[in-house]
Amino acid sequence: MKWLFAMVAGLVLAAGVSAQEMSPDALIKSVTSDVLDIVRKDKDIQSGNTKKAIELVEAKVLPYFNFTHMTKLALARDWRNTTPAQQKILTDEFHALLVRTYSKALTEYKNQTIDYKPFKMQPGDTDVKVRTEIKQPGGKPIQLDYYLEKQERDWKVYDIEVGGISLILNYRESFANEVRQSGIDGLIQSLQAKNKSGEAASVKK
Amino acid sequence: MKKQIGEQITLFVCAVLLLSGCATTGNPKDPIEGFNRAVFGFNDALDQVVVRPVATGYDAVLPSPVKNGVANFFGNVADVFIAVNNLLQGKVPEAAGDAGRFVVNSTVGILGLFDVATDLGLEKHDEDFGQTFGRWGVGNGAYVVVPFFGPRTARDAVALVLDVKTDPVANVGHIPTRNTLLAVRVVSDRANLLPADKVIEEAALDKYSYIRDGYLQRRRNLIHDGNAPREQDD
Repeated sequence: MKWLFAMVAGLVLAAGVSAQEMSPDALIKSVTSDVLDIVRKDKDIQSGNTKKAIELVEAKVLPYFNFTHMTKLALARDWRNTTPAQQKILTDEFHALLVRTYSKALTEYKNQTIDYKPFKMQPGDTDVKVRTEIKQPGGKPIQLDYYLEKQERDWKVYDIEVGGISLILNYRESFANEVRQSGIDGLIQSLQAKNKSGEAASVKK
Repeated sequence: MKKQIGEQITLFVCAVLLLSGCATTGNPKDPIEGFNRAVFGFNDALDQVVVRPVATGYDAVLPSPVKNGVANFFGNVADVFIAVNNLLQGKVPEAAGDAGRFVVNSTVGILGLFDVATDLGLEKHDEDFGQTFGRWGVGNGAYVVVPFFGPRTARDAVALVLDVKTDPVANVGHIPTRNTLLAVRVVSDRANLLPADKVIEEAALDKYSYIRDGYLQRRRNLIHDGNAPREQDD
């Protein structure tokens, strides 16, 4: 079960990603260090204030994520059977779920440091992987890889792998299962229900 | 007792392999999902009632250097086992590194309480018999949730028998000492996972399948030593 820990530690550091027309690796570096600098100084976030962490993620990280691509990846084949209206709701709900998960992970940050692996890219590349590693006391370093694609001029993250676990693909089976049992609208409903209960819980705290 | 654990797992694996012939629920990687969900429920309940409360107490009471020392101690013992598995996989430089780690940490690192080897550039690895069999070409087989031990694939469940038999801690001759060490290791490992609870709770639509799919992705990655080819995007 060590991978569970790896995943959380990864999420914490994954919550950082900035800036336009930067190379993908420079982008990952700059956002990660921005976000971690803030978290290191913010006692509220460290003591579990999810709401504040969400604000930080929304301001610093979200501009560099492509949620439509993420949702498409998670739905796989089922994406083709959705209407544009359903696609919009699905993307919004999945977005909310991922943001809450990230922000929660950010509140668990405990002084891990991050190493950036050498990055290679061909001039024409539009789909790349940036490799990093999380160092932590008492354990094996955790692999943390970002997948980015180029959209017009900017690079956007469309998946993150923590210790080899893709945070987006990890939803595939449960989404497919939901669609098989109760259709696309069934999946929308369960995402909405999940987000509602998540929000309620974060307000209580 | 040690022999019993091994035998019980063997029995369990046989029973599951028989079962997997009949019950099916759609997901080809998880043909005995109904059964697995029942065991998952049992493990989860045990965790809520016993393991997690103890780990939470441990985490709250002890200062970080002590907790790191405990985690390092068990990590050091495990390095011997990891060296053996690296050797079985033909990864000689890695195995030598693991052995070097054990020597350095057991001496300079005061019985493994400090992980000096990592600072010296000797990287920590993660290997077990399930990965060794995977390396040898044995397929995953069905997903199985083993009572007390949690998620495995059929291959990893068989390998678990060997993992337990060759576990240095489970082989300590003095029974009360062995049991204490086993218990402390469970608590220390669980305490390290505490931050994961809240995040999984937040992330998962269905905790069972979230953990299953995470486990399967992670094992695939480990067998490829971090270089698993990416799944089809479709």
